[in-house]
Amino acid sequence: MKSDHHLILRVIAKTLLPLITIYAFYVQFHGEVSAGGAFQAGVVLAVAVILYALIFGLAEAMRAVPPWFARGLAAAGVLIYGGVGVWAMVQGGQYLEYQALFNEPPGGHNGQHTGIILVEIGVLFAVAGAMVSIFYALAGRVAEIRDEDW
Amino acid sequence: MTGDMMGEASTSIISALLLSILFVMGVAIAHLRNLFAIVMLSGIYSLVCAAWYILVDAVDVGFTEAAVGAGMSTAVLLGAILLTSRNAKPERRFARLGPLAVCIAAGAMLIYATSDLPAAGDPASPANTGVGLTYLQINWADTGVPNVVTSVLASYRGFDTLGETLVVFIAGLAVVLLLGFGERSLAETLRKLKKEDKVP
Amino acid sequence: MWDIILERGSYWAIIAVMMIGLYIAFSAENLIKRLVGLSLFQTTICLFYVKLANVANATAPVLLAEDMPKDAYRGEGVAELVHVYSNPLPHVLMLTAIVVGVATLSLGLALIVRINESYGTIEADEIYASDVKVQMAEDADAARTSGEVVR
Repeated sequence: MKSDHHLILRVIAKTLLPLITIYAFYVQFHGEVSAGGAFQAGVVLAVAVILYALIFGLAEAMRAVPPWFARGLAAAGVLIYGGVGVWAMVQGGQYLEYQALFNEPPGGHNGQHTGIILVEIGVLFAVAGAMVSIFYALAGRVAEIRDEDW
Repeated sequence: MTGDMMGEASTSIISALLLSILFVMGVAIAHLRNLFAIVMLSGIYSLVCAAWYILVDAVDVGFTEAAVGAGMSTAVLLGAILLTSRNAKPERRFARLGPLAVCIAAGAMLIYATSDLPAAGDPASPANTGVGLTYLQINWADTGVPNVVTSVLASYRGFDTLGETLVVFIAGLAVVLLLGFGERSLAETLRKLKKEDKVP
Repeated sequence: MWDIILERGSYWAIIAVMMIGLYIAFSAENLIKRLVGLSLFQTTICLFYVKLANVANATAPVLLAEDMPKDAYRGEGVAELVHVYSNPLPHVLMLTAIVVGVATLSLGLALIVRINESYGTIEADEIYASDVKVQMAEDADAARTSGEVVR
């Protein structure tokens, strides 16, 4: 990866990567109003990391997003999702009953909005972390992608 | 009304076009031997599928298919090809006949079974009048979220999604357990590279 | 006749594509090609579900302004819809199925990578042949050692 003929690829990737990341978060937080949601956002976020790894090398990508961070992100996502359910139970409702989060009367939407946003953040973390871990596990076995391999 | 008719007709034509592209691509994948070409074609297949999903109003599914099928699964398949082999061995001549017969028989039976299905696009079909319509009607009063897919996904069917999230997490965990975390192999690579630099 | 084709034609096309995926999964000896065939098959099942959820002259299940009144909660909370929307439930099921599909696909690929490491090949018939060879050699060994004990 020392050769210079990837220069155009690198320059374009440097412009694209922040846009992809911002787009992932846009999809995440705009998913309630329009098409999109946590599953898509998680995959788009993971694809940003994968693109970085493909162009700048796996070692660089692992320095930016360490494997332990990806694993922890996946586990934290599942815990957040489960934790929202436990929160609803603590408030006296049933598991994952968002209406009970703030003990609102029917027709109040704060609990639903909070619950959906928290759950979607959990799904985002879990999907992004799991996908990045999968890619690291598969790509970590390859020594280095040489040009003649393509 | 004529506008609706025109819209329906053009939708059916575009749908038929996309499905025939999918058919041709499937035949091409069945014939190809080069795994790299197969993986690339399956990525394009997912992209065409995404276009078809948008055509039949499933915007969220189309989005997912474009992100997952064309992005993620292509990257994972390419990683696996790099680790295994680039070409598939040609199949034996007569080994294809059995699967072909089974698939033709199964397809004929399924096509015969479609005579019992409701017509495509029927608003009064059992699938479209049941709980799906109820979700559409009660969603705004219940949750105040305009995207019904999101509210069904995260609120009405939260348990289901919790299970799916767990499945994704466990699949990632299983891959990591099978192949290692990636750090050790990376360290080996770095050591090897350092050695190679030192030797000359 | 023309009516039947218009009503059921899309099902038939989807079933044809589905059978190609099944054929690839059945006939391919190469394990990666087999997995690609399986994922094609799975994608086509998603196509079928989404086609069933489609309603003629409907829009995507994102509520339009007319269906979002200001005084949202009225008694039972069941609203009469102004517009026609497609059925959102199959969309939700297929959305999660696609994401779970890629996770299981990568699990299968991880298994294939391990198979390649221990067998040196990813062709199903070669793996079968080498399994048979190893088993026969072990059987021969066992027969020889037991024969020695008897003698």
